[in-house]
Amino acid sequence: MLRIEYAYWLLAAFLAAAAWINLRERRLAAAAFWAVLALLFGGGTGVLAADAAGNPLPARIAGVGVLLLALLAPRMRRVQVEEVSPEMRLSSAVRLGHRLFLPALLIPGVTLLVAVLGGYLIADGHRLFAADQMTLTGLALASLLAALAALRMTRAPAPAALREGRRLLDTLGWAALLPLVLAALGGVFTQSGVGQDIAHGVGLLIPVDSRLACVLAYGLGMVVFTVIMGNAFAAFPVLTAGIGLPLLVQLHGASPAIVGSLGMLCGYCGTLLTPMAANFNIVPVALLELDSPYAVIRAQWPTALLLLAFNLVLMSALAFR
Amino acid sequence: MNYWPLLGVAVVIAGFVRRDNPVLVVVVAGVVSGLAAGFSVPELLGLLGTSFVSNRALLLYALTLPAIGVLERAGLREHAARWIGSLRGLTLARLLTSYLLLRQVLSMLGLTNVAGQAQTVRPLLAPMSEATAELRGPPLGDADRQRVRAMAAATDNVGLFFGEDVFLALGAVLLIQGFYATHGIVLAPLAIALWALPTAIAAFVIHALRVLLFERALTRRRAVAAAAETAHAED
Repeated sequence: MLRIEYAYWLLAAFLAAAAWINLRERRLAAAAFWAVLALLFGGGTGVLAADAAGNPLPARIAGVGVLLLALLAPRMRRVQVEEVSPEMRLSSAVRLGHRLFLPALLIPGVTLLVAVLGGYLIADGHRLFAADQMTLTGLALASLLAALAALRMTRAPAPAALREGRRLLDTLGWAALLPLVLAALGGVFTQSGVGQDIAHGVGLLIPVDSRLACVLAYGLGMVVFTVIMGNAFAAFPVLTAGIGLPLLVQLHGASPAIVGSLGMLCGYCGTLLTPMAANFNIVPVALLELDSPYAVIRAQWPTALLLLAFNLVLMSALAFR
Repeated sequence: MNYWPLLGVAVVIAGFVRRDNPVLVVVVAGVVSGLAAGFSVPELLGLLGTSFVSNRALLLYALTLPAIGVLERAGLREHAARWIGSLRGLTLARLLTSYLLLRQVLSMLGLTNVAGQAQTVRPLLAPMSEATAELRGPPLGDADRQRVRAMAAATDNVGLFFGEDVFLALGAVLLIQGFYATHGIVLAPLAIALWALPTAIAAFVIHALRVLLFERALTRRRAVAAAAETAHAED
């Protein structure tokens, strides 16, 4: 049976390979960073199992690993990793043509297939895919198949997959980790009661009996928090634990799927408005050699505000049926 | 009510204003909030460890990198560039609207890393936008050239954001599902992703209209400028 743990172990192996290649090139900070991450991914299931069984030590060691990652992140420098020459890529592009799109499309194709049909695949009386996180298991399988197809089609040697994967991984650098640490921050904020603090504050400020006031507080709160944190993922657990879940879902009986989905989208509108979302709003200013650091935000704020209004109207209209 | 954990929020703001490394800022903020809430150091380490490990699905997209890396090595980007460059009859609005649609659809399929500010906007979309704007008329002034480039970057962002969370196996839907699961509400990813669809359509309509208005304003501005130039020359 294919379980999600296999995907994590596959990823751990890829991260370990990236660490090894960096080590051989004497890029020690990057090597250490990917090695620690590989250990966290390889041991993750064990950590959670031990924690559930009442042994807190592995989780604490994992916590030390997270601190190590944070200390290593500023030391990682973005280095241009060597690529195949543009002439070679161009001649290969001419030779292969539209066939190049096929392995790329295998990734979403196989993922979707597993997500839709995975539950019906049974071999020897056992399900082929474990029900838990089946879509993600599908994504991992799809990535593996796509890499094999790409290697076969381009006749590249097998280690090229690790080398090229590592090139992209090092291009992302610590930014790859940001969504994860932000989600972890959300977990700590939840446990520390930051959500309750804010919910308490909001509860004092707005009439909680009014559905509309709660929708506005949640949606606009997602925007403000996303603007502050630069990431809707960080805002979501805090605001949903603070306002969305207790006031909208529990008090007013709103649909959790609608509240969560549209709340997140309100946060995305905030992402379009903030220089804190550097990857999207500040990096392109540098890439496109624009004079004003706010040039991209200036081009997208009207879209953001109109969409925000749309989301708020939709949430009040649909969530309470 | 203990309001001291809010210090963590202050750390995030201060860290981003000072432009410290975001990973470091975020972890320090977690430590500050945890300590302020009265956790002991071992408890806090355990909390950091379990929160991090429980969210490790968020990095699974990295498994797609080897396949995409091999395809890039074989000229995926070059092929895409040549193919798009061969299409005729493009205007700025048509180009940006097609890109918006393509970016949204690709993101919905989980192919968020196929395009991006570095991968497609700088090498492809920005120069193509400038070129289509200049097809009918004189070269762009510096201010207008910057506006066109910024609109290209904005179009990529809108397409990415409002396609991304319709995809089942990607960050946003999983974060929402994971959050509710830890609070005892079990939801199927599909139920969450479907509710992002109306906003995805609205995003397309709103941004496509804005791009059209942008192109009209640009044309008008340049016509006025050209007329002023001619009038000036006749003086």
